[in-house]
Amino acid sequence: MFDRRLVQYFDWGLLGLTFLIAAFGLATLYSAVNGDPAPPHRSLFVKQMIWYGGGLAVMIAIFLFSYKFFDRWAYVFYFVCNALLVWVLLFGKYVSGARRWIDFGPVSLQPSELIKIGVIIVLARFYSRFATTRGFTLRELVTPLLLVMLPFFLIVKQPDLGTALVVLLIAGTMTAYVKIERRSLIYLIAAGAVAVPLVWSYLKGYQKQRILTFLDPDRDPLGAGYHIIQSKIAIGSGMLTGKGFLQGTQNALSFLPEQHTDFIFSVFSEEWGFLGAMAMLVVFLVMILWGLNIAYNCRDQFGAILCVGVTAMIFWQVFINIGMVMGLMPVVGVPLPFVSYGGSSILTIMVCVGILLNVSMRRFLFE
Amino acid sequence: MNRYLQNADGDWFKRRISGVIFCAVVAFVVLMVRVFYLQVMQGEELRRLSENNCIRLQGIDAPRGLIFDRNGRRLVDNRPAFDVGVIVKDARPLEQTLARLAGYLDLDKAELRERLAHRNGEADYKPVIIERDISRDTLAVLEAHKFDLPGVVVNVVPRRNYIYETSAAHLLGYLGEVSGKELQKELFPGARAGDFIGKSGVEKAFEKYLKGERGGRQVEVNANGQVVRVLKTVEATPGKNIFLTIDKELQRKAETLLEGIAGAVVAMDPSSGEVLAIASSPTFDQNDFVSGLSNEVWDGIRSNPFRPLENKAIQGNYPPASTYKIITAIAGLEEGVIDENTTFTCPGHYRMGNRTFRCWKRGGHGRVNVVEAIEKSCDVFFYQVGQKLGVDRLAWYAKACGLGVPAGIDIAHEAAGLVPTADWKKQRTGVSWQAGETLSVAIGQGYNLTTPLQMLGLTAAVGNGGTRLRPLILKSLQNPNGETLFSCLPEEIGQLPVSPKTLDIVRRGLWRVVNQKTGTAWVAHTAGIDICGKTGTAQVFSRKNNETLFAKDRPAFLNSHAWFVAYAPAVNPRIAVAVIVEHGEHGSNAASPIARELVKTYLRSLYRKRLRTVRWMPRLPLSSKCRRDEAP
Repeated sequence: MFDRRLVQYFDWGLLGLTFLIAAFGLATLYSAVNGDPAPPHRSLFVKQMIWYGGGLAVMIAIFLFSYKFFDRWAYVFYFVCNALLVWVLLFGKYVSGARRWIDFGPVSLQPSELIKIGVIIVLARFYSRFATTRGFTLRELVTPLLLVMLPFFLIVKQPDLGTALVVLLIAGTMTAYVKIERRSLIYLIAAGAVAVPLVWSYLKGYQKQRILTFLDPDRDPLGAGYHIIQSKIAIGSGMLTGKGFLQGTQNALSFLPEQHTDFIFSVFSEEWGFLGAMAMLVVFLVMILWGLNIAYNCRDQFGAILCVGVTAMIFWQVFINIGMVMGLMPVVGVPLPFVSYGGSSILTIMVCVGILLNVSMRRFLFE
Repeated sequence: MNRYLQNADGDWFKRRISGVIFCAVVAFVVLMVRVFYLQVMQGEELRRLSENNCIRLQGIDAPRGLIFDRNGRRLVDNRPAFDVGVIVKDARPLEQTLARLAGYLDLDKAELRERLAHRNGEADYKPVIIERDISRDTLAVLEAHKFDLPGVVVNVVPRRNYIYETSAAHLLGYLGEVSGKELQKELFPGARAGDFIGKSGVEKAFEKYLKGERGGRQVEVNANGQVVRVLKTVEATPGKNIFLTIDKELQRKAETLLEGIAGAVVAMDPSSGEVLAIASSPTFDQNDFVSGLSNEVWDGIRSNPFRPLENKAIQGNYPPASTYKIITAIAGLEEGVIDENTTFTCPGHYRMGNRTFRCWKRGGHGRVNVVEAIEKSCDVFFYQVGQKLGVDRLAWYAKACGLGVPAGIDIAHEAAGLVPTADWKKQRTGVSWQAGETLSVAIGQGYNLTTPLQMLGLTAAVGNGGTRLRPLILKSLQNPNGETLFSCLPEEIGQLPVSPKTLDIVRRGLWRVVNQKTGTAWVAHTAGIDICGKTGTAQVFSRKNNETLFAKDRPAFLNSHAWFVAYAPAVNPRIAVAVIVEHGEHGSNAASPIARELVKTYLRSLYRKRLRTVRWMPRLPLSSKCRRDEAP
């Protein structure tokens, strides 16, 4: 039985916003791979288009069925994702020191991208059942903690610290949203304050070095520190109006590392300047506020928490990625949603959009 | 769960959204402020830095660890060398610059262009090395015309220097540029295209110690690509220094003795397994490999029939010949097929079935016991011992003595040799083992193959009382500041399958080989030193029955290989030696004098060190039993 209101309430605005950012992203990627001297990278633009096509199909498939479906199958989906994570640890493709990809012939997938959705859904289900106005106590938080730590450690093991961090931050945001009981929160903060120096004193010298370098890229002037300097030069040299499309010099001479994935915002800012960078930030902010607005208007708790989780994922990735390339954050490999090259990343973000559309178009269907 | 608490309803969730929105907006404001700061406030300065891609990285090569001998004498070090590179981006106008550079370097311009094109996928701002290791005169010219040569850089890099050109070339090995395949497989962590890594010998075996950690500099350059200031520096960490077990003097002596000969010498301290010298001839100059081989040198090495690149001491597979009689004697005594008093009569040949097996001495040795058979290397005696034992029992003893498997030295590509058994032959050729073949095996011919290092291990074990030790090449490892990281200790890999009594019998035989006038190595006899040893003459082709042994008109490459294995002094030996001289014909004449000289050189230097005041060399006594035997 098809409800005409589904069409009536379809969120065309969000869809338009998505297309706008996707266009931004593709144009930037075109520029980024254009300047790369290595020929294999040039085909990445076409590949990204194909991934967007696939992502669009998945997005449509997701908003056709009511998101109640996710509620019902939350744990199944969650455990399938975890099984894939275990699989990738055992049989994954080994690329430059990490096992992150499962190879399916011509395409490879990163299960660590999918698990973000898995964690969001499973936490939304758990919190929607047990949320009270008092908030969650420490004892009640044990289950969600376990649900988050399992994939967290599997991802750390790959190792993919960036994604693991994002999973943790999404879960943290969702938990903060459903409220932690006041006294439990104080305990948590106190425990953290005690644990950090304690753990620090147990670490070995080289481990401390690695963490310090992570927090302060300047300590590694030949690696991360150098990349950040070049990235800052690229962004800053864009000045007010930028050097123009395809005119970036830092990019063209491959001064920027990973210019088509993690450092793509530098390429964009160099070519479009302050006005372009601000425009991109504003579009991202509007999309995040849009997502939160859907959560606000949603009448059932699962839907609301789900939307907050999905929006949190977009927010954290944007914030960490752009903060990192501007030297505000530690250097972690987190892709910029819609813009960075990467099939799994595009698929995941389109799933997120699908979920938001799904919840948005069904906002009047309850009761 | 807490049913008395108020369940959260839609309104409650709505209220909590506002907090989330607040946080998101604050975070974005931070990002926007940062964008403003970088692009508007710092924009001009950063634009200037971007104009010429001013901030660059320069690598600092780490000096490789030095290699010393056991007494701390330097064998390999690094010298400063000057490499000329071109940064394409800075070399404007490119054509003019290249033309000038070609003139100064005395190169063809087309050749220069070709070398420049060799950078595959490298960025324009990275220097492409055009010429390595230029002379100081060329350097002076380049420095003088520095301002006419924009984008031309001269890097000072440490270059490997083998101090005694051809000495111990096989042992030390050489460096080569890391190949694309090795990079792809990430065999050498931290290595980049253009890096030099150990390709053979010690350089390869201890690559992980020798290589240091590369450093680098962050620099700001001006429009001509010249460094304006250094922003940050990470110092390179030099590699660790290696002390080998080799004695440089003995090594040099061995090489002098092998000059003009194809063959190998390897010497060991029987009490520790430390290899004292390892020489293979002909040799090559490793310095040729460091800057890339020229075609002529490479063709010369490749076309040499005596295989200069092969380390014959560990890679050469030779029939052990009469040196194998040590094993046959041990097997016969241990299995009880003979004892100390068993005698056989040698008429100069031995008949088995309808075949005649000859002794090397046509007139025969007469009645001999096992000690005399070793001394005179009587073939007929050992034919009969072998016949009684059978090939499989012999093979068991040969394997227990360390034959048939690599001796376990740390250098790659060690040969395993071959210990034939009846099963092995059946499997390999499909033909059953013939009884007559056992006789050939018993005197070390036939299918038997060993390396000089394996025979040395056996000899050292006989000398030290039966303990088989792993041949060591690394003595200790030091940090660049002289702090010792570790020292290698003797490593037992097994015991010879002998009783003390058997060992004593064999050792008496070996003593008489050198110290009796009738012994086969009487020429190696030296006043003052008790050398014990065994000669061997490995046939390269099979003799016909009616052919004379020393055919004068036989071409040299069909001459037999000469073997000599020895240890000295007879009691508590300090050195064991194995010598092979390819096509040297007779072990006693070609190989044993080399061993004698080495033993003399080494023991002299040893005693001079130990007993500085004593001028004479102590003659160490054999066991009392042995002395009685020696008295007529």
